[in-house]
Amino acid sequence: MFRIRFHGRGGQGMKTASRILGTAFFMQGYEVQDAPRYGAERRGAPIFAYVRADKSPVNERGIISHPDLVVVADDTLVGMPAAGVLQGIDENTVLLINSHEDASTWQQRLNTPATVLILHAREDVEDRAELPYVGSRCAAAAAALTGVIPRDTFEQALREELGHLGEKIVEKNLTVALAAYDAMQEHAGSVTESALLSAKDYLAPDWIDFPFEDATVSAPAIHAGATSIEVRTGLWRTMRPVINYEKCSGCWWVCSTYCPDGAIRVRDDGKPDIDYDHCKGCLVCVAQCPPHAIEAITEHEAQKQETAGANT
Amino acid sequence: MTRKLLTGNGAAAWGARLARADYIPAFPITPQTEIIEALSLWVDNNEMDARMVTLESEHSMITAAGSAASSGVRVFTATSSQGLLYAMEMLYTVAGWRVPFVLVNVSRGLAAPITLESDHNDIMAARDSGFLQIHSATCQEVCDSILMAYRLAEHQHVRMPAIVNLDGFYLSFTREPVALPDPEQAAKFVGEYDPENLQFRGKAPLSQAMAVLGGGPYSYFRYEAHLAVQQALEVYEQIASEFNEIFGRRYDMIDSYQMEDAEYVIVMFGSFATKARDAVDSLRAAGWKVGLARIRLFRPLPAEQIRALLTGRRAVAVIDQNISMGMGGVLHSEITSTLYGVKNAPPVVASYIGGLGGRDISQQEFFQMIEEIKTASDKGTSLPTRLLYTQNEMTEMRKLQAIAHVEHEEINQK
Repeated sequence: MFRIRFHGRGGQGMKTASRILGTAFFMQGYEVQDAPRYGAERRGAPIFAYVRADKSPVNERGIISHPDLVVVADDTLVGMPAAGVLQGIDENTVLLINSHEDASTWQQRLNTPATVLILHAREDVEDRAELPYVGSRCAAAAAALTGVIPRDTFEQALREELGHLGEKIVEKNLTVALAAYDAMQEHAGSVTESALLSAKDYLAPDWIDFPFEDATVSAPAIHAGATSIEVRTGLWRTMRPVINYEKCSGCWWVCSTYCPDGAIRVRDDGKPDIDYDHCKGCLVCVAQCPPHAIEAITEHEAQKQETAGANT
Repeated sequence: MTRKLLTGNGAAAWGARLARADYIPAFPITPQTEIIEALSLWVDNNEMDARMVTLESEHSMITAAGSAASSGVRVFTATSSQGLLYAMEMLYTVAGWRVPFVLVNVSRGLAAPITLESDHNDIMAARDSGFLQIHSATCQEVCDSILMAYRLAEHQHVRMPAIVNLDGFYLSFTREPVALPDPEQAAKFVGEYDPENLQFRGKAPLSQAMAVLGGGPYSYFRYEAHLAVQQALEVYEQIASEFNEIFGRRYDMIDSYQMEDAEYVIVMFGSFATKARDAVDSLRAAGWKVGLARIRLFRPLPAEQIRALLTGRRAVAVIDQNISMGMGGVLHSEITSTLYGVKNAPPVVASYIGGLGGRDISQQEFFQMIEEIKTASDKGTSLPTRLLYTQNEMTEMRKLQAIAHVEHEEINQK
């Protein structure tokens, strides 16, 4: 069975990617299961979707714990534990990353037993939440890597899944997706199917004898204040609002009041501070600031500047 | 027959469409909403000739469903979890009215604490309401079961509402190949709804709000409803055979897999049963005589069939994705009561609680359950109820408790 996981951010089309690939497998005569996995998150938050494909009916369900292929649409997710990109990967896994950096850099950085391949990220992309066509590109690359989905089958699957969006959008998706398919041809077949887990020799689950605990411990209550601080929703951000303090009029209230997440605090000197651990990058402040003292830059660019700053 | 990829929710919507439901009272709730979204689109595009009405709550939605069914039209509706519970008063009420319709429940764990993910406590809460219950394990089965459920519910000996259950996420948002029944054949199979004397009109009054005191009349009505639900066992066989003849898919009350020579048996319901199938295959490959009995029809409970399937086996593991506080797994207690006093009943019927709130059940866990019941059966011992819960899960739980500032010292002592 092929077990394939797509990781990206809400809005990048990972569900669509899984559906295109699922349909392509299905058209190729495979039994298929595809599903997205999400909770109450929103655009920019890490999400994933998965595809299982086999010649016999797929009985396995739920999250893929040992993937044969992991496709990462957004390379900023790789090192983010909450995104779970690296979960369950081993020497049989192919890890395909959409990135500006090369495979050896990632292989070194991650020190992973998996085979790392790169889907070269497009240079013209600014807001990574809008990585254009990245879902289609990821699906196409994955299709090529399996070595069992012909180019025209993939094209047919994409048309089937995106047809309702109109011919123009389908054509644009096809152009970039098929380019990704062709770029991956040299690695065609590098993703291989893995077998059912054997019952002959398995690791027994480390079940515990479940303890009784008093209600002071076992009631689902939170006694600590402000635990939402622990949830770094700043990780969802794709665009970063940056305050130009020379332009800031020190009005005391506009940006901080409009911020829907309470992530802007006004200092004693009347100037605002943005809490980047929790700012989700909605950019309401950018729109509201009367003297236009807040500008938006891409998170990618912001992080590059930070790294450069730290190195000097 | 051509197949297409559909989610469990998509398959449920198709079931309603193919059954030619006339009236759809609706209220959204995760993970069910896709069903009514699909239906509303079809109704809007005139692809489905039905009247769809959004109500202000599930309580009203079920009231509307029961009332519409009383007027002689075919009704479909859907909900999940908290919605089902909010409607609970009316579930019992409309079942008492003896009106047939089909309700799809997309299973989701109950608050508190709140979750979006699947388990069966919501549907178990409706267990004693009078609704028939069919539990599906695949997207194909969701669609097919809705057609069968109309036949069962509308049968003149039954005339009770029916619930078709599917698991949230594991089926609701998961696409699988589904062979959609041909619309003409589906319509022929389900047939015209014959409402008999349920034809409420302005000129034909019908009161369903009667009060009965003294217990005698009440007992009559309640026990008749119970007998009516049991009638579904009689008519099920014929409906299942007819379905198989037309569509080539056979659905028994209990879906048996590798049961013929099985010494060790897994009993459960819902979509996780397909995972158990894989486990049975792996265990068989390793030389174990293992089988799977998936309960599809839960109300009425096919007690005879359960007895026939389980007597003579060495040990049984019942997996419940639900928990009755202070008792344990609901299915386990029903299976054991079914087997009580039966000659050659399996000496070990172990209870496992797992998959609560969407918690996965791994292949290793299925293997280990079989290992445990075999050991107990060899030694002639019994097994205490076990929650499938690992050390690693407890460690993660402790981290959450530390953040929540529960009594630190108590946790640290453990």
